[in-house]
Amino acid sequence: MFNNKIYHKIDALSGSVATLRAEGVKYNEIAEIESRAGTSLAQVIKLDGPNVTLQIFAGARGVDTAAKVRFLGETMKVPFSDALLGRAFTGSGVPRDGGPAITENPSPIGQPSVNPAKRIMPNRMVKTNIPMIDLFNSLVISQKLPIFAKAGEPYNDLLARIALQADSDVIVIGGMGLKYDEYLKFRSTLDKSGALAKTVMFVHTAADPTVECKLVPDVSLAVAEKFALQGKDVLVLLTDMTAFADAMKEIAITMEQIPSNRGYPGDLYSQLAARYEKAVDFDGAGSITILAVTTMPGDDVTHPVPDNTGYITEGQFYLRNGRIEPFGSLSRLKQQVNKGVDKFVEVDGKRVNINKTREDHRTIMDAMIKLYAQYKETIEKQSMGFKMSAWDQKLLKYGAMFEEKMMDLSVNIDLIDALDLGWQILADCFDRTEVGIPSKLSDKFWPKKG
Amino acid sequence: MTAKGKIVAVNGNMITVAFDGAVAQNEVGYAVLGDQRLMAEIVRVRGSRCDMQVFDATTDLMVGDTVEFSGELLAAELGPGMLAQVYDGLQNPLADLAKEAAKISKDAEFFLQRGMYLPGLPRDRKWDFHPTAKPGDRVSAGEALGWVTEGIFDNKTMPGHKIMVPFALRGVYTVKEVAKAGDYTVTEDIATLTDANGKDVKVQMMQRWPVKVPIKCFTERLEPTETLETTVRTIDTFFPVAIGGTYCIPGPFGAGKTVLQQTTARYAKVDIVISAACGERAGEVVETLKEFPEIVDPKTGQSLMKRTIIICNTSSMPVASREASVYTAVTLAEYFRQMGLNVLVLADSTSRWAQAMRELSGRLEEIPGEEAFPAYLESRIAAFYERAGRVKLKDGSTGSVTIGGTVSPAGGNFDEPVTQATLKVVGGFHGLSRARSDARRYPAIDPLDSWSHYNSVIEQPRVEKARSILRKGNEVGQMMKVVGEEGTSLEDFTTYLKAEFLDAVYLQQNAFSDSDATTPVARQQVMFDIVEKALLSGYAFKEKDETRKFFMDLQQTFIDWNDKPFDSDEFKSLKATLEKKIEEASNV
Repeated sequence: MFNNKIYHKIDALSGSVATLRAEGVKYNEIAEIESRAGTSLAQVIKLDGPNVTLQIFAGARGVDTAAKVRFLGETMKVPFSDALLGRAFTGSGVPRDGGPAITENPSPIGQPSVNPAKRIMPNRMVKTNIPMIDLFNSLVISQKLPIFAKAGEPYNDLLARIALQADSDVIVIGGMGLKYDEYLKFRSTLDKSGALAKTVMFVHTAADPTVECKLVPDVSLAVAEKFALQGKDVLVLLTDMTAFADAMKEIAITMEQIPSNRGYPGDLYSQLAARYEKAVDFDGAGSITILAVTTMPGDDVTHPVPDNTGYITEGQFYLRNGRIEPFGSLSRLKQQVNKGVDKFVEVDGKRVNINKTREDHRTIMDAMIKLYAQYKETIEKQSMGFKMSAWDQKLLKYGAMFEEKMMDLSVNIDLIDALDLGWQILADCFDRTEVGIPSKLSDKFWPKKG
Repeated sequence: MTAKGKIVAVNGNMITVAFDGAVAQNEVGYAVLGDQRLMAEIVRVRGSRCDMQVFDATTDLMVGDTVEFSGELLAAELGPGMLAQVYDGLQNPLADLAKEAAKISKDAEFFLQRGMYLPGLPRDRKWDFHPTAKPGDRVSAGEALGWVTEGIFDNKTMPGHKIMVPFALRGVYTVKEVAKAGDYTVTEDIATLTDANGKDVKVQMMQRWPVKVPIKCFTERLEPTETLETTVRTIDTFFPVAIGGTYCIPGPFGAGKTVLQQTTARYAKVDIVISAACGERAGEVVETLKEFPEIVDPKTGQSLMKRTIIICNTSSMPVASREASVYTAVTLAEYFRQMGLNVLVLADSTSRWAQAMRELSGRLEEIPGEEAFPAYLESRIAAFYERAGRVKLKDGSTGSVTIGGTVSPAGGNFDEPVTQATLKVVGGFHGLSRARSDARRYPAIDPLDSWSHYNSVIEQPRVEKARSILRKGNEVGQMMKVVGEEGTSLEDFTTYLKAEFLDAVYLQQNAFSDSDATTPVARQQVMFDIVEKALLSGYAFKEKDETRKFFMDLQQTFIDWNDKPFDSDEFKSLKATLEKKIEEASNV
């Protein structure tokens, strides 16, 4: 049923929300508002008798009470085709890169949740060529992981590197509250490397209307879902989910909703979960993996946004001092992919070995982290002025090498090379009896002298 | 005559409906949207308008759309066919939903389709009914009319699945007719009962029961005195759960709540486990779904899945059915309790359920309580846990429902409304601590803060003694951080080592190790004897290093011992070694 009637009288305006009297309006449908401020889309967020409440995507600034409102009879949709690849759009799907608008195959956003019975146990690794991820906390297909960082950490550089290096079929970047130059940097980095050709960007910059910020994850994930249903492995990179949560807070408060914790709406958990739970490995189609930056206001992990996120996601990465912190960071699904035993799955009717790792993976992972923990203790002792023993000296050498060759985010090496590098670092610093590795493995992998 | 209504307002998943006729609080109605019917429940009535929470997305609903009321409360279907099922919060079988959705389109089968509801019990399956009641028998609600075989209810190792007089029938009935032994579907009549006024009632194997109302077809409630064997040492020995009791597991994210619940679902010595994944990750449910069918239940020799029902309303599924899911779970549990079985309900997580109430309450614009939770939060939590209990049934047998709920407190801080309201009403508190999980001491149940009112598998004074050493050892440990090892007396230092020993060999248990993951009570008792000897002995050591060396060595042997099969020769020989080591070192 298409409602062609045009309304000319807005009764109330507040924040980005307008209220008017209208008939035959569907919940969640989209309207077009034409006013002195220009034309914007808006969504119905409340129906109360004859009163219709609209959320204006471009904000209510400059919208006059005599603005023209036309209801479009359908919900928010995002176009979908391969032409999206290599392009950048705003949160409401308008091209941001000067290219032509895409109108093909409009698909609704915020679709129902995946039937748990149609999910499969994740068993494939997403390779990023970043050893702190691949070797120590492997990212697994269908996983949802946040990157917890305080403001100022190079989380967007990290995301850009992952976008460049990950072995996914399609990458969807959802930017929320980005600075304009950060967006440009993302684009130019991806462009230079050629990775842009498999990337779609939906970007809300800090200067854009708040409502568009709220749309970014839905639009990004709707597109990701479409690609995944075509059998593609999609990696969705979101930054920054705290900006998304703040946009929700702002809108909820304007709507006079009762806040629950530090001003955030009571459904913060459900809202975040509805987005993160889009991560999936479909039984019989592709997959969606989500990596999402969540800045921690005041570096406080108990702040409602990181706290609720932690309950939803399958582990977390902490980015501290420009490095992925080995302590506290955890990929809960890594055990599924780092066993190093052959693993066969059906791909297009053929049995393919998807094992991307080696039998020494877990051992190297544990041994290196244990030694790094000891190095940290030694650093503490050193700073307190204790005398350094021969063992301490070895640890100091090891720690420095580990930080330089493994932890530095610019290191870009294949997992197998990273494992070899791990052995090399251990051999450079220690005797093979000192590292607590079973001889079965060190016989095979311990580098020969000379 | 059921009422009809028209939508007057839509706000999120809440609709306001103007109705004609009579409606009941919690009555179910359907909002008609083209050829779809969206299920909703009345949550508030004011004059001729009622507020309803919709169990699906409300997109596209309009003011003026029709609502049809059903005249019934939100109910579960009870009868044969529930075991090994995976349901959503409204008892729709998820696998069947996928099959049904596949008929729409290839892509549609992956998603939960709006407005698609399927019966909880398979309608076409036939069950081999064996009557036990005879014409002329006097029966009342909950008494058996016969039984069928279903999975573990094979009438050999376990009794058959009892077919009972519907719980909703009030008063005493005379059996007029019972079906002959044979195969019937759940909707076919299997008996005719006559009430005191001579009115006949036809009875089927399936009955419906409103999920928010407790089933009360028993003669009396019994005190929960018997320990429920979870085979988790910390729980059974130090913070036991009783059969028919209640307990809660609050903990920050990543502290291992879900792993602990999964371990319990696997090894607990009960007849049926109902696992309610309420507002949590879908991935974890998938793990259970794929792993349980592979594991053999030692009690029945059949797949573990056959004693399990999963109610799965994960975080992205509609929030109103999340609210319903814990009630659905406990209603199913009460049904099996009526057969004289012990049922364990695991709700993960009750905080998400409470948050569902909070979202609902916010939409109703109710005056908020603490952290915007509704004022009735406490009474709802209390009423939920009160549905646990051990009861004496009309045939003299006993059955029980035990409830264990996880709590996910914001920021890991237990001083918040859901944790506090829960602590008031449960019999056991297994508080998970971030410090323990960071130190990889699993299960991360805090041995100092946790408590339980139930009976341990070890005599209480002995447990108390061990706990006091744990407490003292912890104090010494704190003090040592300040004064160092040098400033600590040998006696205190020994206490500290004893506490660490108890923690390392007894409290910590590896859920991922085949041998250590489960410790039956008999083994716990043998282990505790040895631990106790080590704790209560005095030692003649002169030096701290010597003492430490002794305990490290003892610990290593003990951990090896934990790996050996119970009562094997190796087990016995290591036990003797441990005893000898302790004896030789003690100074008496």
